[in-house]
Amino acid sequence: MPGQIAIRDVYKHYGAFTAIDHVSLDVRAGEFLTLLGPSGSGKTTLLNVLAGFIRPESGSIRVDGVEFLTLPPHKRDIGMVFQNYALFPHMSVAENVAYPLRLRKVAGAERDRQVRRALDMVQMGHLGERAIQQLSGGQRQRVALARAMVFEPKIMLMDEPLSALDKNLREHMQVELKRLHDRVGMTTIYVTHDQKEALTLSHRIAVLNKGRLAQLDTPDALYERPVDRFVGGFIGESAFLPVEEQGHQVLFQKRPLRLPGGSVRHPGRAHVLLVRPERLHWQPVAGPEAMNRIDAQVRDVLYQGDSFHVGLALADGSELAARFLRGAATPTAPAPGQAVHLWLHAEDTLLVAESA
Amino acid sequence: MKPLSLSRSDAGSYPDDAMSRRLALAELKERWTLLGLTLPGFALVLLVLAVPLAWLGWMSFLDDGGAFTLANYARLLKPVYTSSLLTTFQIAFCVTLACVLLGYPLAYLLSQVPERTGQVLMALVLLPFWTSVLVRTYAWLVLLQRQGIINNTMLDLGLIDQPLSLVNNFFGTTVGMVHVMLPFLVLPLYDKMKNIDPQLMSAAANCGASPAQAFRQVFLRLSLPGLASGVTLVFVLSLGFYLTPALLGGGKVAMWSMKISDTISLFGNWGAASALGVTLLIVTLLMLWGLRRVFGIKGGY
Repeated sequence: MPGQIAIRDVYKHYGAFTAIDHVSLDVRAGEFLTLLGPSGSGKTTLLNVLAGFIRPESGSIRVDGVEFLTLPPHKRDIGMVFQNYALFPHMSVAENVAYPLRLRKVAGAERDRQVRRALDMVQMGHLGERAIQQLSGGQRQRVALARAMVFEPKIMLMDEPLSALDKNLREHMQVELKRLHDRVGMTTIYVTHDQKEALTLSHRIAVLNKGRLAQLDTPDALYERPVDRFVGGFIGESAFLPVEEQGHQVLFQKRPLRLPGGSVRHPGRAHVLLVRPERLHWQPVAGPEAMNRIDAQVRDVLYQGDSFHVGLALADGSELAARFLRGAATPTAPAPGQAVHLWLHAEDTLLVAESA
Repeated sequence: MKPLSLSRSDAGSYPDDAMSRRLALAELKERWTLLGLTLPGFALVLLVLAVPLAWLGWMSFLDDGGAFTLANYARLLKPVYTSSLLTTFQIAFCVTLACVLLGYPLAYLLSQVPERTGQVLMALVLLPFWTSVLVRTYAWLVLLQRQGIINNTMLDLGLIDQPLSLVNNFFGTTVGMVHVMLPFLVLPLYDKMKNIDPQLMSAAANCGASPAQAFRQVFLRLSLPGLASGVTLVFVLSLGFYLTPALLGGGKVAMWSMKISDTISLFGNWGAASALGVTLLIVTLLMLWGLRRVFGIKGGY
């Protein structure tokens, strides 16, 4: 299946500012890969390099073995959905979607058929004659999607396409995008700063930080085994607690930590303990000898409906959060000011290096 | 206390009469205030524009003695007037064409360069507005005349043997008028171009359009309303223009406006001049209507 991308050593700078710092990654054919990161991380720049709107200083991008960087944007045969849709205001919905086909000299009935099919795939089949000024945000987004897909490109690029929509519509469209991708299966590169969106949609996520690739992994692996503090902090909710490294042992609150089997310590770098709120237990469920204990004091308790969000602090001032699920066995949440023990399975005790 | 009822009473008004009356009064007061603000301006326009025009129309049907006549309009069929009308249209057309050819790339440049450079260039485009039309026209005379700067330079460089006749003719008139009219084309065009989302060009390229195709099919199409405004403005202004053709035409370019001026100053025939003026007005209105139809402009400019 076509649409395999090999990005090698791409470097782009603007004066003293490095936008993309020698990034290399492989995108598998048919994969949904998200470029995730905060503003300035280089994700949009990289997408624009792929699209051909920005020329890097050096590097190579090969699509199915063909060098892309020497091709102008109109010869790259990529579908792209822009953040603000970039629909042509002087064309109707159907004309917008037909435009790529017109440029490829697809004529008459065949063109109409393909336009119809693309619009049906995004449930806009009945609105072909509308002017785009009459469409809502969600409808425009679908037209942009149809236009990008109509000529069946091998690769699809999406630049934060859902960020202009309200929350409910965004979540609905996420599901639709995922279903669409499952159905059509073209290689898709998606840019977002919303980690939840990335976790929902992607086969793999490339986390970018300051122009560098921090980690490229499945959503599951990124959440469970972040490679450093930045990735751990960017994805999911997390707290970072200080540890003491003494030879082979790692001490937390003066007690040795029980770490998971595959735990890796990077020589020469400081480490911190990454704690996720949902992994903390209020009782030593596997027995006090098999779990790690955290002594903390409750700061505040926030009602969330199905649970409480408990803010705590350690003796040294470090802060963390824990979830307290309401249930038959646990009717009352802890109270502010209360001193508590929290327990962590060894497998959930994540040691991460400080970011470079 | 009487319970509030949401249904209408027999009198046909809501129970709380006093309140709704006050609200209606406030609404009325606001409307009259707005009307009062617009009335003076409107009255001025009416007075200064409509009344003289009406008088002009009236005068055009009177002869020297004050009696009703159609002779003033009849004489417009004479060749001297029909050829003048033709010349006027020719000038207007040439000036408009030259303005489009020069002005479109200029407006494009202005709209695409970074903000700072754009502001400087725009100041240069607007510079003519800060100087009097008379001064500018005389400047062209100095440049274009037989012993003018252009001819002298070309003679010195050996490019020509004899000075070229650059002014006191159709060419000189056109050049001078283009200089005056160019900002009128550039400004509405620039305004429209500035509002074209640059991402649309990226989107067009992504769809497969070469830079030339993207320009033609997207940018040009979207800039047309601005071009239409500019063309209409320049053409209509050129039809009635007096000063520049009078000075740079050397009497050989018989613009309609000069015919009006001659009829008054040389012949003192106000009736005939009025007929000329009314004709120009009607022709101009027809052109406006025609151009709007051609460009498909709806509503205002």
